[in-house]
Amino acid sequence: MNYWPLLGVAIVVAGFAWRLNPALVVVVAGIASGLLAGLSVPDLLALLGRSFVSNRTLLVIVLTLPTIGLLERAGLRERAHAWILGLRRLTFARLLIAYLGLRQIVSMFGLTNVAGHAQTVRPLLAPMAEAAAEKIEPILGDDERERIKALAAATDNVGLFFGEDVFIAFGAVLLIQAFFSQHGIEMDPRSIAIWALPTAIAAFVIHALRIAWFQHGIGKSRRSTIYSRDQGPIAQEKSDAAH
Amino acid sequence: MLRIEYVYWLCGALFFAAGTFDLGSRRYASAAFWMILSACFFGGDAIEAAAAAGNVLPAQFGGIAVVALALIAGSGVLKRRSTNDDDLPRRRASAERLGNRLFLPALAIPLITLLLILSLPNINAADFKLFDTRQTTLVVLGVACVLAAVAAMALTRATPLAAFREGSRLLDALSWAALLPMLLATLGAVFAKTGVGDAVAQIVSAAIPTQSRDACVLAYGLGMALFTIIMGNAFAAFPVITAGVGLPLLIGEHHAHAAVVGALGMLCGYCGTLLTPMAANFNIVPVALLELRDPNAVIRAQWPTAVVLFAINLLLLDWLAFR
Repeated sequence: MNYWPLLGVAIVVAGFAWRLNPALVVVVAGIASGLLAGLSVPDLLALLGRSFVSNRTLLVIVLTLPTIGLLERAGLRERAHAWILGLRRLTFARLLIAYLGLRQIVSMFGLTNVAGHAQTVRPLLAPMAEAAAEKIEPILGDDERERIKALAAATDNVGLFFGEDVFIAFGAVLLIQAFFSQHGIEMDPRSIAIWALPTAIAAFVIHALRIAWFQHGIGKSRRSTIYSRDQGPIAQEKSDAAH
Repeated sequence: MLRIEYVYWLCGALFFAAGTFDLGSRRYASAAFWMILSACFFGGDAIEAAAAAGNVLPAQFGGIAVVALALIAGSGVLKRRSTNDDDLPRRRASAERLGNRLFLPALAIPLITLLLILSLPNINAADFKLFDTRQTTLVVLGVACVLAAVAAMALTRATPLAAFREGSRLLDALSWAALLPMLLATLGAVFAKTGVGDAVAQIVSAAIPTQSRDACVLAYGLGMALFTIIMGNAFAAFPVITAGVGLPLLIGEHHAHAAVVGALGMLCGYCGTLLTPMAANFNIVPVALLELRDPNAVIRAQWPTAVVLFAINLLLLDWLAFR
């Protein structure tokens, strides 16, 4: 067996560790791995080009951007923020846990494209989470604001990953079935999906607990660098009020 | 019929618009970047068709385009633009005036997608299929995006040109991060072709004491998670690690329940996905979209969930697969 192509993996690891531009690292790793496996340059270029265009599906999500851009220009994030501030009983934890549960359930029915970082997290969930956090601690530091937005994105990921696997027509389940079938083991997709259920429940419980714990810590790690990079609508609002 | 290619062409048009706007504002590197990507989206079908027919020349041009995109991204000349238009009073006044109606076009994307998917059996009759049967949900998502954009234009009294300009503005904020998911999938294909997966599986299976059941469970779970971290994709890791470790050792030697091994192995891989910058569309693109400073902010927010869940998956595998 030729172990040399593994150097491609090493290049990826080193590139990410040194924080080089990921796009460049990835292509260099691919070229290195291909050449070390003995592919000729023309073959390698053809492989790169063909694989690249056959993965165009991954960028279809950019079609949401014109809508999101127009709405943001018209004040969507400001409105989402104001709306949450008006709902007294909706706490930070309740907002994110409700989103987590909803995302999991919707994904379980195979509707994975219904939400996502471009469609729902940036325009809606992130500003809402910030607003909900401001109800606990009106003046949030930059670092805390960043952690809140990151947690919103993480919540979307956890909800998606540990919901979709329970859906029988989802790619993962069909992949597992096809793989075993190739190796002479036949099984019903339902018997695969059912075993993803305990993990789905565990994922909800663990992440919900972490959200609750995060809420507990909001405002307790105030940084001195508040609004050093003042750019957000909320930040402006607060500093206006302070003057 | 609405084919998936139309959706790709629409993406290509958006990239072309981004390139044109960048050209207008003398951001030449960004303009070249989006134009090349646009060409890949418009020419993609031709490349695939020619390659399937045995002519690899268009695919080789595609490969050159990939290298060019990586070089532009890596040279650092692409400058991320901030997405804030700095006109806060106008945005706030507009938010006040439009109120909750602003939510409608944003919610229209998920709701129209949902509605169309649910009514798909009625729309796609046996003799006439309105939606492409390949990648149906993506075609549906594309239609939902167009309808939502029309609704947003009507609500904010904007022109289609303005919609393209706003889309381009967000693309410039994403910059090369937008491209990363496609590049990583390409790397996955190269790794698969060059036998990287088989080499990893060989090393893993040579390193474990096969007579111990717990060692095999641990090796399989860790193998799935680690190889997913490397590839950024549990789907790529699954056949490699299951063929190398799961099938011969867990199922063959220790008589594990195959469906449980498959389901929990994949879920161990998902825990790996939460931990790796290689899973760009989940962990890096949101960093760009939310304009976070720390490139690993999302991974930092989710690693405790991933690690605890991974341990639970191992326990479940050990318990459920050998009943």
